[in-house]
Amino acid sequence: MPPGFNQHPGQDRGPRAGATLKDLKKDSTVFRLFKFIFRNYRVNFVVVTLCIIVSSVTSLASSLFTRTLIDDYITPMTAAAAPDYAPLAIALVKLGAIILVGIIAGYVQSIIMIHVGQGTMLRLRKDLFSHMETLPLKYFDNHSHGDIMSVYTNDVDTLRQVVGNSVPSLFRSLVTIIATFVSMVVLSVPLTVVAVLMAFLMYKVTTGLGKLSRKYFVERQRNLGRVNGFIEEMVSGQKVVKVYCHEEKALEAFAGLNEELRASVYNANKIGNIIMPINSNIGNFMYVLLAILGSLIALGHLPGAALTLGSLVSFLTLQRNFTRPVTQISNEINSIVMASAGTDRLYALLDEVPEVDEGTVTLEKEGEGRWSWKETDGSLRKLEGLVSLSDVDFSYVPEKQVLYDITLTAYPGQKIAFVGGTGAGKTTITNLINRFYEIQDGTITYDGFSVAGIKKADLRRSLGIVLQETKLFSGSVLENIRYGRLDATDEECRDAARLVHADAFIRRLPDGYDTVLDADGGNLSQGERQLLAIARAAVADPPVLILDEATSSIDTRTERLIQQGMDSLMKGRTTFVIAHRLSTVQNADYIAVMDHGRIIERGKHFELLEQKGKYYELYTGNQIT
Amino acid sequence: MFKTILKQVKQYKAAALLTPLWTTLEVIMGVLIPYVTASIIDKGIGAGSLPDVYRYGAMMIGIACLSLLFGILAGRFAAYSSTGLAANLRLAMYENIQRFSFSDIDKFSTAGLVTRMTTDVSSIQGAFQMLLRVSFRAPLNMVSALGMCFLIHKKLSIIFLVAMVVLSVFLAVLITRAAKLFKQILLKVDALNGVVQENVDAIRVVKAFVREDHEMSKFDKAAVGLFTMNVKAETLMALNGPVMNLIVNGCIIALSWCGAHFIVEGSLTTGQLTSLFSYIMTVLTSLMMLSMIFVQLTQSAASAARIAEVIDEEPDMADPAEPVTDVPDGRIDFNHVYFSYKQGGDYALEDIDLHIRAGETIGIIGGTGSGKSSLVNLMARLYDVSEGSVEVGGIDVRKYAMQALRDEVAMVLQKSTLFSGTILENLRWGKEDATLEECREACRQACADEFIESFPDRYETVIDQGGTNVSGGQRQRLCIARALLKHPKVLVLDDSTSAVDTATDAAIRATFNARIPGTTKVIISQRILSIQEADRIVVMDNGRVAAFDTHENLLRTCDIYSEIYEMQTSGGSGDFDEPQA
Repeated sequence: MPPGFNQHPGQDRGPRAGATLKDLKKDSTVFRLFKFIFRNYRVNFVVVTLCIIVSSVTSLASSLFTRTLIDDYITPMTAAAAPDYAPLAIALVKLGAIILVGIIAGYVQSIIMIHVGQGTMLRLRKDLFSHMETLPLKYFDNHSHGDIMSVYTNDVDTLRQVVGNSVPSLFRSLVTIIATFVSMVVLSVPLTVVAVLMAFLMYKVTTGLGKLSRKYFVERQRNLGRVNGFIEEMVSGQKVVKVYCHEEKALEAFAGLNEELRASVYNANKIGNIIMPINSNIGNFMYVLLAILGSLIALGHLPGAALTLGSLVSFLTLQRNFTRPVTQISNEINSIVMASAGTDRLYALLDEVPEVDEGTVTLEKEGEGRWSWKETDGSLRKLEGLVSLSDVDFSYVPEKQVLYDITLTAYPGQKIAFVGGTGAGKTTITNLINRFYEIQDGTITYDGFSVAGIKKADLRRSLGIVLQETKLFSGSVLENIRYGRLDATDEECRDAARLVHADAFIRRLPDGYDTVLDADGGNLSQGERQLLAIARAAVADPPVLILDEATSSIDTRTERLIQQGMDSLMKGRTTFVIAHRLSTVQNADYIAVMDHGRIIERGKHFELLEQKGKYYELYTGNQIT
Repeated sequence: MFKTILKQVKQYKAAALLTPLWTTLEVIMGVLIPYVTASIIDKGIGAGSLPDVYRYGAMMIGIACLSLLFGILAGRFAAYSSTGLAANLRLAMYENIQRFSFSDIDKFSTAGLVTRMTTDVSSIQGAFQMLLRVSFRAPLNMVSALGMCFLIHKKLSIIFLVAMVVLSVFLAVLITRAAKLFKQILLKVDALNGVVQENVDAIRVVKAFVREDHEMSKFDKAAVGLFTMNVKAETLMALNGPVMNLIVNGCIIALSWCGAHFIVEGSLTTGQLTSLFSYIMTVLTSLMMLSMIFVQLTQSAASAARIAEVIDEEPDMADPAEPVTDVPDGRIDFNHVYFSYKQGGDYALEDIDLHIRAGETIGIIGGTGSGKSSLVNLMARLYDVSEGSVEVGGIDVRKYAMQALRDEVAMVLQKSTLFSGTILENLRWGKEDATLEECREACRQACADEFIESFPDRYETVIDQGGTNVSGGQRQRLCIARALLKHPKVLVLDDSTSAVDTATDAAIRATFNARIPGTTKVIISQRILSIQEADRIVVMDNGRVAAFDTHENLLRTCDIYSEIYEMQTSGGSGDFDEPQA
């Protein structure tokens, strides 16, 4: 084992070809997976075991039949004057019956294993997904979407191979080995010893070659990653390549990477391809060795051991049945160990700690726009929409503080605008109010309750959010609006759309409200998507709003619609708005100017202008012509 | 389609052709081995003759050595030629992508091209290797075994033929039904991945609306759908084993019964009967293998088609026979241009007749989809017009060598793309041999020098893939500097300062006027501030030029323009972001 193999189990993303069982530690995720499967499918495994035994025994019986057929039936018949075919017929019917039993057992076993394999995948997928939904946003910030996706696609798929094929075949091979081993011992102990030694050699050779190929597999994975990265980057920038006539250079760079990839894939596959011929020929050598050794014993050249010629012939036939499963087992172990990289990643996701929710206060809707907080003792308190932050400190990662001493109060119905440059911390503040992230210091209260004391789901339900980057789901326009409140009627969804001025453009779509959107609404313009997101928030009718205005260039007419939409949504609600538009800022009841994680100025538009500080700079800088 | 693929075997042809030869030799050795083992048993052990055991043992070791040699050769040659083919396919695709015009690039998505160059290629690689190694072995085995049967006993071989027909029919039915199921499985997989993808992307929305349970039930539905389909397909495929067993054993029983009669009659020996038993296995397993090759080939046919699509794509734009390599000046003329992205599709531009003088600064404004980008793209011949003509320097753009034209008409595309590498390397895309001082000068003009100097590694700062470690505004300025290094006669900015704050934006325009007065500057923007001082402004509406005049005149005469102006100056679109550098 090369040094460092076990030191970074999570980072080793290449397949671990050729590792032996020793590489699977006791607490390995593969064993966890096996435990998971056995726990769920105990009865199935008992039945499968029985089936495997039955089918192995029957296939042994049918292979022994040839000798019986010739010695016990055909030979006597040729000697007889009037051959009687009846006993042969009976024997053949018996054989047919045995074979049929074996076939049925084999079929039952494979059907059960299909259900076990697919069932396990189904359970794992569901577990993965429902667990993922409970994870804090931090998890999604720290893991690339591609990596998360690949757990669902690649990793779960390698498991199917292991659960569905490797495990049963491992099992079957073991049964065959044991049965053959017993028969071999009965025939000749010294020959069995030799056979076992040779089988061990084969096992070593297979796993050894596998280990050798591991080096190349790692190299192959690395080169594959490089080529993928190159293609992704250069193809997505292909228009720039064209505009700068950079084609030849790009091709040259690609050709180099491509050749490296080819060489490493060749090396890895080469070894994979020669394992088979090496093994089968070791089997041939073994055959010769055993034949010579057996003959010596049988002919009395080696004292102390006895063997009849008939037994030697049987032994030689049996040992073929012995070596085949040995090769099989080493191959299956290779693939199980390879799959362990997948199970590692799978359990890494399943082991992520979910969002903490210790809140007890819940939300009750009492009617149109009337909400109450309900405490554990059953007492109700009206939802006012008073949100207050005091001395809040926050950092995404420990060493980099993002917010310092944020103190701010939003009274019911007030509009609070955050302004400031990118990275000043505007969005971060709103992410703390709905507890997407947990604060390090200070308090955030909502109608007097600490937000940590409110049940997360209810806290979030009371806050409507329109994010800067609009995310829609595949489905119709109506379904996307209804996402805000699942029990909203069609009419309520349309009302919401009308309220935020989205109705006009929706009705112009090919199928109106029933227009089906692609994943992420690719067939709508950015502005239209944002209008839908506003409608989605409107149908939820939340008492408090968080709006993140878009900065991206949207044409003027749509922008005006969005602005009107947001304005009508804000009416009568406490609103936090991350503002980019002058009009929004001017209409705010309170403006917080953010800079490097601090609120540096606060007040109304005209007060701030008089201060001639940062806000004044931002405002006038905007007017430079 | 397969022809396109096979053409790429190229320098690996010898290896590809030799693989079946090694395989054949390996098969022959394999056929010989049972013969020798029979001799060891019959003539050596059976007769109690140790010398015969040694002799045949030595023979077998010799054959095993040869078999090992041929096996290893076959394995290596197969790996060599199949991985070589894969490499050639990737290179051929990438090579052709380099020849793609813009409309070709639009046709293929990036993700699609990546899949074609990775997953599809490795599927072809696997199929090709299998083809080389198994497709000769299986028929060879089958034919030789079948031939032996006919030699041994004609009447008994009828059983073989019947078995082969039955198995073939069964396999054909199985494969066609399974193929349908597998197609449906792919759809279910897509559906499942779709749900996961959406959730990972939009997790903030899911959490903000507390829709975790709703999403879980969506996912459950997709997962159960996939499960059901998978079980269906696998259950169908699971029939394979028992049916094969049934046929093989049925044959053995039939052979035993008929064979017994023939032996008693004297037309068959017991030894021949036993060898028939092993031949029936060989014939049927070979048939099975052939069917598997067929399945794999049909599966990789889809991959082959996708790869061939890229390799065979004929770029729809080429240099003229006698290209003009010199662009006289920065004059631009649109002569009644009509343009559509798809042949026969709706026009993105209609009857554009514009005449821009060299050295002018032209602003372009208009709503999304009004045709601003389409208009400027035609100037560098990124697309070809459908009707009319575009002239740069008084010469039709189609008459230029493409490189010459694009060097003089520098485009800064809407999507600001940088590549992984240092800032300097990125800048030198504009001019390969640019000195550091030249690069700095370009950066000063694009107001990028200041923030670059603030980085610890300055011009050696490494840009991450996708340029994610610099802000949007910085990225845009680097893209402008890169274009300036070309020292072009025409500079086109397609909304290239949208993320740059207004003050810097103004500074960039000021340096343009001071430093490159002779260059024709075409600036697309959503911000009226960015274009109002231009010499003339094009107002685009719905693929047509609504107006083309100075700011002052437009305010009086063009409703669309004055409306935009009104909105933006009375508090519509003030951007409060501070300078990003």
